[in-house]
Amino acid sequence: MAKGSSTRQIEHLLRRAGFGARPDEIDTYSALSIPAAVDTLLNYEEIADDVDTKIGQPGYVGMTVSGQFSPQSNITHARQRWLFRMVHSDRPLQEKMTLFWHNHFATGYTKIAGALGTTEGARYLAAKASEDPGQVRGQIEMLRDNALGNFRDILINIAKDTAMLVWLDGRTNTKAKPQENFGREIQELFTVGVGHYTEPDVYAAARVFTGWNLQRPGSATDGSQHYAYAYVAAQHDTTAKTFSFPIYSNGSATIPSRSATDGEQDGLDFINALAANPNTARYLAGKLWRFFVSEFHDPDPAFVDRVAATYFSSRYDMKAVMREVLLSTQFWDESTYFARYAMPVEFVVKALKDIGWRGFSVNDALTPLSNMGMVLYEPPDVSGWDFGQTWFSTGAMLSRMNFASQLANNQKFNLLTNARPYGKTSDALLSYVLDELTTAPMDSSVTNELSNYLKSTGAWSGSDAQIQSKTAGLMHLIAGSPEYQLQ
Amino acid sequence: MKVTRRQFVKGGVAAFTMTFAAPEFLSDLARAQGAHVRNLVVLYLSGGNDSLSMLVPYNDPFYTSRRPTLAIPAANVLQIGTDASKVALGLHPRLTGLKQIFDAGRLAFVQRTGYANQSRSHFQGTDIWSAADTNLTGSGLGWVGRYLDSLPSPVDPLIGWNTTSSLPHVLQAAHTPVPAIASPSSYAFSSPNSGAEATAERTTALHISSHVPVDRPELAFVYGSAQAAMATLDRVATVASYSPSVTYPNTGFGQALKAVSGAMAKSIGTKVFYVTTGGFDTHSAQNVNQTNGAYYGLMGTLNDGLLAFYNDLSNQGLLQDTLIVSFSEFGRRITENGSSGTDHGAASVMMVMGGKVNGGLYGTAPNLNGNDSKNPTLENSGGDVTFETDFRSVYAQIIDNWLGANSPSLLGGNFRKSGLSFI
Repeated sequence: MAKGSSTRQIEHLLRRAGFGARPDEIDTYSALSIPAAVDTLLNYEEIADDVDTKIGQPGYVGMTVSGQFSPQSNITHARQRWLFRMVHSDRPLQEKMTLFWHNHFATGYTKIAGALGTTEGARYLAAKASEDPGQVRGQIEMLRDNALGNFRDILINIAKDTAMLVWLDGRTNTKAKPQENFGREIQELFTVGVGHYTEPDVYAAARVFTGWNLQRPGSATDGSQHYAYAYVAAQHDTTAKTFSFPIYSNGSATIPSRSATDGEQDGLDFINALAANPNTARYLAGKLWRFFVSEFHDPDPAFVDRVAATYFSSRYDMKAVMREVLLSTQFWDESTYFARYAMPVEFVVKALKDIGWRGFSVNDALTPLSNMGMVLYEPPDVSGWDFGQTWFSTGAMLSRMNFASQLANNQKFNLLTNARPYGKTSDALLSYVLDELTTAPMDSSVTNELSNYLKSTGAWSGSDAQIQSKTAGLMHLIAGSPEYQLQ
Repeated sequence: MKVTRRQFVKGGVAAFTMTFAAPEFLSDLARAQGAHVRNLVVLYLSGGNDSLSMLVPYNDPFYTSRRPTLAIPAANVLQIGTDASKVALGLHPRLTGLKQIFDAGRLAFVQRTGYANQSRSHFQGTDIWSAADTNLTGSGLGWVGRYLDSLPSPVDPLIGWNTTSSLPHVLQAAHTPVPAIASPSSYAFSSPNSGAEATAERTTALHISSHVPVDRPELAFVYGSAQAAMATLDRVATVASYSPSVTYPNTGFGQALKAVSGAMAKSIGTKVFYVTTGGFDTHSAQNVNQTNGAYYGLMGTLNDGLLAFYNDLSNQGLLQDTLIVSFSEFGRRITENGSSGTDHGAASVMMVMGGKVNGGLYGTAPNLNGNDSKNPTLENSGGDVTFETDFRSVYAQIIDNWLGANSPSLLGGNFRKSGLSFI
């Protein structure tokens, strides 16, 4: 154990900045001091991005694919691939930030698929350029490439993203009949937030983005044809647009009238203004607080101030912002340990890392995740998933308990092998399992129930049969416990 | 500003202790206490329902001129009469089932419901309708959640049944968790073992779930969910065996309504239900008139589900004890947009249906002339419909006259309005 970091701290860091900790991740990060561990997470470009090459290899979690594996055109394959990445990536912060952005720019597969077809729907969300016949890079891959990049760049990429142009109807936004959807949500949900824009700002924003449309594919028949952003000058409203907040650094709130040919600049000016808006910095800081620091405590004003200041001083650099977040005193204050509810994917991946994944297919987690209320690439609406207590309806809680059972059942043989050395007494076994599954502090009355459970069907003999069934039962009960749902 | 749901948990721990210490016999008492509460079904149309396409002022010339592709031809609507302001109204042609129920006198439409300075934001709007709080400065709890909290304890853990997988705001309560049971048949406890080992796990899970962590309200909330799940497993299993008297459509909405009628028919003790159907955020290609169009499909899902439910309840003798109320976060813009859709608007129509409902047309239709600056039924430079009846007045009527509770205390104000005698 290196100076300056404890297992408890490293586990907290990896639960928040990643998806829990595989045994090898504990080994790697425990050897580092806290600042070094945070740096390793932040500077992930120094670590090979080779997680996708591990798909299908022995020793890694499995997938279930009928026919060819095609995440670039099959959304179920894409879902499995992303879960695989969450379990096995050596760049956990990149995957975690990608999930943060996916929830932030919440775009749903079903509408894209309904408009363009199921294979195109998957493509514009999940394809990697390297695997797509037309080098299409889907929205989530764009977010993944820019996970700790420049926020203004992310906004520009999102405004020109094919899936987003379908999702918020930008593709039909023309000067004759402006379409408000994107103009509203880019302000309300992506940047300044409710209360910091007016209804007239929405109408003006709609006009700003007129002509930011989609181009129909060409005539190639090799699969390379694809929809793409196209600025259509003829569809752009060239009149001036005035807002209730400054657009330019001289304080002017009016985007001037420009020629149609030059009109794309309107959108870039507007995005510049949104990125530069102090309310954007605070809105982002608040969301980062809720996702990385605590759901149970209101954002600390000092945290918001410092994160917002870093956002500006770094000119919207998310790596600098996340360094501020992950090294903040608030992040390391023990009162924020376990001060978040695990989202369904966080719970599922944490459980896979804690209980084991050999012989398990991530495909078998998809329906349970849906029952828990979370389908990747399918947020319920453009405001993303509802966090907090809304995850814990009874049916969803039962689904978490049942997934713990499913995983324990699946891993029964491996669990026996690993637990056998600890099976001499029931207490030793209980200690071992509680060590393997890190939970929020458990009251003694609860651990007493678990202890009683071990002896409830007969005296302790330490036989293989007993160790196998009781270890599986303990994994089920503990991973399904309320304490395990906090992280 | 978004309501923070953390607030209500902090006050809830003590109540948890009281409610969830209930052993088996108290559940029976609780159920007996619930016996004189009638069934309420809350239906949320998610996305902002374009009610002008559902309840159509088909003779208004501005309806046709402002909606060149979306307006339903007068010959196609299902005419249901004129309202108090002599406006002729008809239903979307796909709503033949709702027309039957209207003709039977059991369906009420309350026109132009909303509130002042209506939010056009999905999540803020839904929060406002759910909490019945236009400023979002109150407790943050749902209005139905507050009703459940007002019931004398011990309250049956199955007093409410949410057919979706995550708790909707309207049901958020301080100390009454509502089970989320989308599918009764999959609402069961699994184990990696079988036989006596599985039973031992279930018993342990049941014991653990009754634990109440002190001073950790966020954890206590999850314990409450676990306990409610364990306490409701057996009764929900009986609903899985329900055979309805009609065939429900094979849509999520239809199946949810089947679960609701099953719970009522099996008398498992639930009195408040929540169902939802979505897709109403029709910004583009709304296709009101085309039989395979988006809005046409929405009306089909709504119609077929509600008709099956109505008939099933009627056959089971449950209709007299049931009231369904629908809401949506806003109506939509009068003039169609450039994508043959509609943008977010303001006031819209609420529906109330049930065996004791006095059906008919309540409130008055908007006059869609956007050129007349003195037209009091429109706002936003004639762009949107203005409310006539505060939505909380509809809630108040239901709280006072159906649930037998006190609407001013539940709604934080007196919203009673005469003329809303649908119940």
